[in-house]
Amino acid sequence: MNWTSFDTWLVVTAALCAVACALPGCFLVLRKMSMMGDAISHAVLPGIAVAFIISGSRDSLIMFLGAAIVGVLTAVFTQWISRFGHVDRGAAMGIVFTTLFALGLLLIVRAADHVDLDPGCVLYGAIEFTPLDTIEIGPVSFPRAALVLTVVLLLNLAIIALLFKELRLSSFDPSLADTLGYSSQALHYLLMTMVAVTTVAAFEAVGSIIVIAMLIVPPATALLLTHRLIPMILIACVVAVLSALLGHLGALTAPSWFGFEATTSSGMMAFAAGVLFFLAWCFSPSEGQLIVWLRHRKGPRDLIPPPEIS
Amino acid sequence: MNSLIKSMSPKGDAVDENLTAHPDNVPLAVHDLTVAYHRKPVLWDIDLDIPEGKLVGIVGPNGAGKSTLIKACLDLIPRASGEIGIYGKPYQQQRHLVGYVPQRESVDWDFPISALDVVTMGTYRQLGWFRRVKRAQKERAMEAIEQVGIGHLAHRQISQLSGGQQQRVFLARALAQDAKLYLMDEPFAAVDAATEEAIVQLLQTLNEKGKTVLVVHHDLATVKRYFDWLVLLNMRVVETGPTDEVFTTSNLEKTYGGKLNLLSEAARALQAATR
Repeated sequence: MNWTSFDTWLVVTAALCAVACALPGCFLVLRKMSMMGDAISHAVLPGIAVAFIISGSRDSLIMFLGAAIVGVLTAVFTQWISRFGHVDRGAAMGIVFTTLFALGLLLIVRAADHVDLDPGCVLYGAIEFTPLDTIEIGPVSFPRAALVLTVVLLLNLAIIALLFKELRLSSFDPSLADTLGYSSQALHYLLMTMVAVTTVAAFEAVGSIIVIAMLIVPPATALLLTHRLIPMILIACVVAVLSALLGHLGALTAPSWFGFEATTSSGMMAFAAGVLFFLAWCFSPSEGQLIVWLRHRKGPRDLIPPPEIS
Repeated sequence: MNSLIKSMSPKGDAVDENLTAHPDNVPLAVHDLTVAYHRKPVLWDIDLDIPEGKLVGIVGPNGAGKSTLIKACLDLIPRASGEIGIYGKPYQQQRHLVGYVPQRESVDWDFPISALDVVTMGTYRQLGWFRRVKRAQKERAMEAIEQVGIGHLAHRQISQLSGGQQQRVFLARALAQDAKLYLMDEPFAAVDAATEEAIVQLLQTLNEKGKTVLVVHHDLATVKRYFDWLVLLNMRVVETGPTDEVFTTSNLEKTYGGKLNLLSEAARALQAATR
């Protein structure tokens, strides 16, 4: 294996993306709306296309804005359809994001056919090329994606640090939040905006597959390992970083075992996250399958008898 | 002065009427309240004045709109018409005076949070946006959780508590709100006998301190023992007033329709079976 600074930057970029996603992902998972990230990351496509058609340029800031706006609109439409159409939120999400995604594909193919707006690139990203697109700051050159993702990561961190109490309250008991004067609606849309911005920033660099994986898998893994919210967020971040690192290592080494050249790093990172989840499910010290099996095998011997009835 | 207000207001009479309908010393005044879900009315033309310091039971059959009434009072659901006054003012201005105990099933008890942290949420009203929980709030929450008899479970994650203990967590959270008016949605639903007794004692303590407590209640057998004021509800207010006067067979028949016989027989059979 030949590890270069190229690989280091690739892993750093992916890890920044993974952590930026895992932070809002924790709240998505706890609100039982994990697939919202999936929906938003697909639905932003028409936003990108429309921004391109209107501005006529591939200026990433304009496309970023277009995508972020449509991302938040996805959340708004989903809410409307589930409320006024009397369908559950999952179905409403499905209606909104497939429609928007299809519209986005049409727009790209019809109006932007001759330019470099590749639907495949949107889905799988182009993480292998991120270290090549650099920005000079002083003597050092950083990959542009790493800088963008650092900003998004810090933003997410700041929002969660500032509004931890409010986000936790409205995730656990939105009615109580409303009665206490903390608008659960406003907090919902704040979280949706975080997810939309993170998704858009991340998938430009690394593709929507990792984004969806990192929004959901690290938080779900963390939830198997702890029963407290702050440790959950911290563990989710660690799992996110590990997925990025192990995924890239896997992409470098694993294919040669089967006689292939190399494979896509973003795919392997999503896969690594899945493996980490499986390990947590097996070996979680509190409710892992191994512990459950051992307890079962031991039988009732290690149970503490209930107090005597006096 | 009165005539001046009248002449200044486009609906002078309405202003005057509201002033008398929502006096400051009435914890909860409901006037002409109608609530509908998808054009199907759930509450119809509700008029209520709950006097201060009463332990009030809200009793009625399933689908009578009991929970809806409480949620409407807290502005959690939109109302088709009507006004609600909490000590003479709209709820938005009186949040600090109202404590709320939602139904236990309304939240996910697997949420990664400790009992004490849930109770601490009751103190968030005084904190406001962006402010962090400090020692004063933690101490208030600890006091409340001890008051409901589960101080030793304060640091447990909430899924590790029994149903009765979870209900006590919700009650402690309402206590931590330090309110004057408490609205409780079925606190007695599916709790063990010990918890039921603890809740009753808590209600009486609140009552002795002059608090007003409204409780959505299901068990007709205990109504007389628990509450000194009643609201009999079946989409409309069938009757309201002191329990001794209102809790009569004819009123209950009006509230439950033909179903009462079946219900009371079932209740009697159950009581016989458990004792």
